[in-house]
Amino acid sequence: MSAQQHDHNHDHDHDHDHESSSHDGHNHDDHSGHNHGAHEDQNGSHGAHHKNVFSTDCGSAAQPVYHEGYDPAGTAIHHISDANVLTIMDWIRIPLPAIIYNTDRGIEFFSTAKFEPGHHDDGHYGYKDYVLYQGNIHRIKCKAFKGADKFEVQGFDIGHGTNAAGKEIEKRYAIVDSKGYLIEQKTIWDGGLLGGGVTSFYDLSPTKNVVTMGIVALLLFLMFRAVAKAYSRRDGQAPSGLQALLEPLVVFIREEVAIPFLKHKHKRFLPLLLTIFFFILGLNLWGQVPFLGSVNVSGSLTVTMVMALIVFIITNINGNKHYWSHLLVAPGTPWYVKLILVPVEILGLFIKPLTLMLRLAGNISAGHIAILSFVGLIFIFGKAGTNFSGSLIGTGLAIPLTLFMMAIELIVAFIQAYVFTILTASYIGAAVEDHDDHH
Amino acid sequence: MTGTLAAVGAGLAVIGAGIGLGMIGGKAMEAIARQPEASGDIRGAMLIMAAFIEGAALIAILLSIFIQ
Repeated sequence: MSAQQHDHNHDHDHDHDHESSSHDGHNHDDHSGHNHGAHEDQNGSHGAHHKNVFSTDCGSAAQPVYHEGYDPAGTAIHHISDANVLTIMDWIRIPLPAIIYNTDRGIEFFSTAKFEPGHHDDGHYGYKDYVLYQGNIHRIKCKAFKGADKFEVQGFDIGHGTNAAGKEIEKRYAIVDSKGYLIEQKTIWDGGLLGGGVTSFYDLSPTKNVVTMGIVALLLFLMFRAVAKAYSRRDGQAPSGLQALLEPLVVFIREEVAIPFLKHKHKRFLPLLLTIFFFILGLNLWGQVPFLGSVNVSGSLTVTMVMALIVFIITNINGNKHYWSHLLVAPGTPWYVKLILVPVEILGLFIKPLTLMLRLAGNISAGHIAILSFVGLIFIFGKAGTNFSGSLIGTGLAIPLTLFMMAIELIVAFIQAYVFTILTASYIGAAVEDHDDHH
Repeated sequence: MTGTLAAVGAGLAVIGAGIGLGMIGGKAMEAIARQPEASGDIRGAMLIMAAFIEGAALIAILLSIFIQ
């Protein structure tokens, strides 16, 4: 394992440590001083960037390459994705525990601190055969790769290839010991729709989305507990403090959302509606603050899928006879209309939660992408940090646009929480309404 | 080519959303002009409808970004 360290010397044409204080590969102490600007200046003297050609997936010769310019699309996608490391402003990194179920070796627990994440949340070291790329745990696919408890990862690179269906996909490689190994990401059960698939390991770890959801839930619990105690303590007096903030919202949900749709059964479903509203609102607002981990929880399709699933289950469990008869039997229509109507109604049964899921995730993700693109203007104009006056122009453009976009996002946070809640109330109301209310 | 088609699809979806939202805004303006004291209710209803239509457009954009 120590033999690996010395081979780096001749292969490092373009490496971080221009200072060359010690040639043992990545010089971690200098990472705080590393900036792309200095790198680019030195790069000019090195000549053209080496482009790795990955002839085989398993150990083809490769050199670590570095991000030449600024990739707005890649950065945006990176920032709205989930990660195994909680990063605050690319400076403080809180490693989260990793729980991986590996089809070869079973369940493994370890801390992502073993990867020593650095710039762009790429791990500097690997553990067994896992590496950290862009904040997510990947696994080296090559069976001939001998993993060790701590091996150095020189860098990562992206190649292109075609998958089994013939579509062009990007393949990621980890460069260890000057060889590129194909890495695969965790299993994502989306049927290939969003680039996921079943791979050899399942990532069950608490990622930053999970931790944020826990924090927001705890915060909401403490807030509402304080408000509930205030009600018993200050009975009969006017509300003040946190009470005064939350009471109008709660009353608004009860009066404008629960009662109009659920009528006399609203008490039963009001806790659900309030939870949905405040949880989504809390997640939306938390995601807007950049230095709380820049998480994008409510924009994650998984989170919204679970919420939509909960709404689906509760709607259908509480559906009474009239609901199901309207859905499946469609009384009062001739048979040829029933033939079309019933399949459409059944399809609608599944499409309604699907739209709930996509609407929330799409709105929040789109807002985040817009803000990231505007901030990315600074880097695009400043040519990834090399051009100072360009970056000033970029900043001058970006600041008002970003402020405007963030103001809109604040409104969107409230509106999306409200829309999700009101649609939930509408669906549950349709499921539990009595016969005499309608016709 | 796939990438370009996805971009064209996203643009078409936004055209639809733009037309829809423009119509909502226009009708809301007309309604407020006819009855200024109902402007609060109209504004609320307008925002909710806008959220729904934006949702449809953003679903299209999200899918066009992510479906490879």
